[in-house]
Amino acid sequence: MKTIVVEQLKYRYPLTQTLALNELSFEVEEGEFIGIVGKNLAGKSTLCQALIGLVPHFYHGGYGGRVIVDGLEVGKSQVDEISKKVGIVFQNPFTQVTGSKLTVYEEIAFGLENLGVPRAEMIDRIDHALDLLQMLPFKDRAPFDLSGGQMQRMAIASIIAMRPKIIVLDEPTSQLDPQGSEEVFRAIQSLSREGMTVIMAEHKMEKVAQYADRVLLLHEGRLIDFDRPEKVFSRDDLDQYGIAAPVYTEVCKALDAKIAGEPYYPATLDEACKALVMRRE
Amino acid sequence: MSFAYEAGRDILKQLSLEFDHRSTALIGQNGAGKTTLVKLLKGLLRPSTGDIFIRGINTKEVTVAQLSRHVGLVFQNPNDQIFKRTVLDEVMFGPLNLKQDRHAARESAVLALQRVGLADKLEANPHDLGLSEKKLVSIASILAMNTDILILDEPTIAQDFAGKERIKEIIQSLKAEGKLVLTIIHDMDFVAENFERTVVLNQGRVLLDGSTREVFSHKELLRQACLDTPYITQLAERLGIPQTILTAREFIEWQQKNSERRETNAQHM
Repeated sequence: MKTIVVEQLKYRYPLTQTLALNELSFEVEEGEFIGIVGKNLAGKSTLCQALIGLVPHFYHGGYGGRVIVDGLEVGKSQVDEISKKVGIVFQNPFTQVTGSKLTVYEEIAFGLENLGVPRAEMIDRIDHALDLLQMLPFKDRAPFDLSGGQMQRMAIASIIAMRPKIIVLDEPTSQLDPQGSEEVFRAIQSLSREGMTVIMAEHKMEKVAQYADRVLLLHEGRLIDFDRPEKVFSRDDLDQYGIAAPVYTEVCKALDAKIAGEPYYPATLDEACKALVMRRE
Repeated sequence: MSFAYEAGRDILKQLSLEFDHRSTALIGQNGAGKTTLVKLLKGLLRPSTGDIFIRGINTKEVTVAQLSRHVGLVFQNPNDQIFKRTVLDEVMFGPLNLKQDRHAARESAVLALQRVGLADKLEANPHDLGLSEKKLVSIASILAMNTDILILDEPTIAQDFAGKERIKEIIQSLKAEGKLVLTIIHDMDFVAENFERTVVLNQGRVLLDGSTREVFSHKELLRQACLDTPYITQLAERLGIPQTILTAREFIEWQQKNSERRETNAQHM
């Protein structure tokens, strides 16, 4: 089943001339993990905002085409309806935390209170979200006493508790240390395994290759490619779009070590090991 | 030197370190004390016990303003640093406060902005820029002060490939000018490619300190500090390459040499 359908999406910010998103069309299956890549200003964040309806409901400007999330046409729906289908996690958890709640538990309850969820169900959902993000030990902590990784996991938990079908993450780990970002990636992966559709804009290509089912390459608001990571990262023209393939792909390309039986180069540590060992033999 | 925000709870515990001209990466997990250490070096905080000397000057005996001639610090979050209405004013602020006249300050600022690739944004309001460009403005502000010591707190945050390459070039050129570049950073591949020396902080103490290659050869100790080795180092290790590989280039060369060796061996058999 298609969870996301984007048709001929065009968008221009107010008072600007160029299209931030230009004739984008693509479809995402339920439960897929999609990595959005591209250089800064390629349109990654704008696309994230179009998927949750901030474009065009908050950011006005020129809008054309359609975005359909779980059967709902974003451009023609109310933001509260959309927020039950799609949740977003921002780059910096500090911008997401309400600042008005004293504990992690209450912070996660905030979205549910606003949706008018009954108390008993609220408690269930919060406990489940805390568990999924491994945040149970921190439920009584003050949100601002958490480490960066913990805070970002709390931000994700507060979205998960709202039970969206789709979660959109805009560079969720750029502010975190390696351990914190690994915690967050693992948490996102477990959501994906539970059947949630994940859309993640990310600069760390090694991570994209490791976790994403498909990679959507954007450049100047246009869709350049949308395919399996090893296929997208094997392209010869990546530098034209201002991105570098994972280091695994780079070295395998230089040493001409392809994935067995395929015309593509490995994009993950495991695949690179296999291909390089095979080349040796 | 030790430091505590609250009495009795030392964040940094009896550190002894010397920094020389080598470009140095400061790594460690969140909360290890990295940012506290650089604030001490910049004179924004004073040691609880022990002393810090910057070019022979005890940081306890001078003002932050006096020290700013020697040490420049780029904050992790550019929003904490930026406060002017135009990019040019923002970058001129440092040189003007170092008592350069307006003309010279403008020249320093324009040069610094050229270096970070923002020469076409002089009149832009820095708050209208994206996070990655704001970060470059905050770096330019410190470059314009032409200090001997530059401290960068997470310079590659939010940078795409081109932005990272630019920061790499800036670090290399500062190194060539004989300046000390001390950088807090979480991107281990960037550390491996760019820094001669790496210092690992763990729970307020120095866990490892040496050449970057040497530091990344201590996989187990790094793991204890919740750190990983660079991706390429991990690949080389998985393939059983005995030495610590730091860059893609080293990896490729090692593989090529090795397969030549195997071919020669095969011919001799």
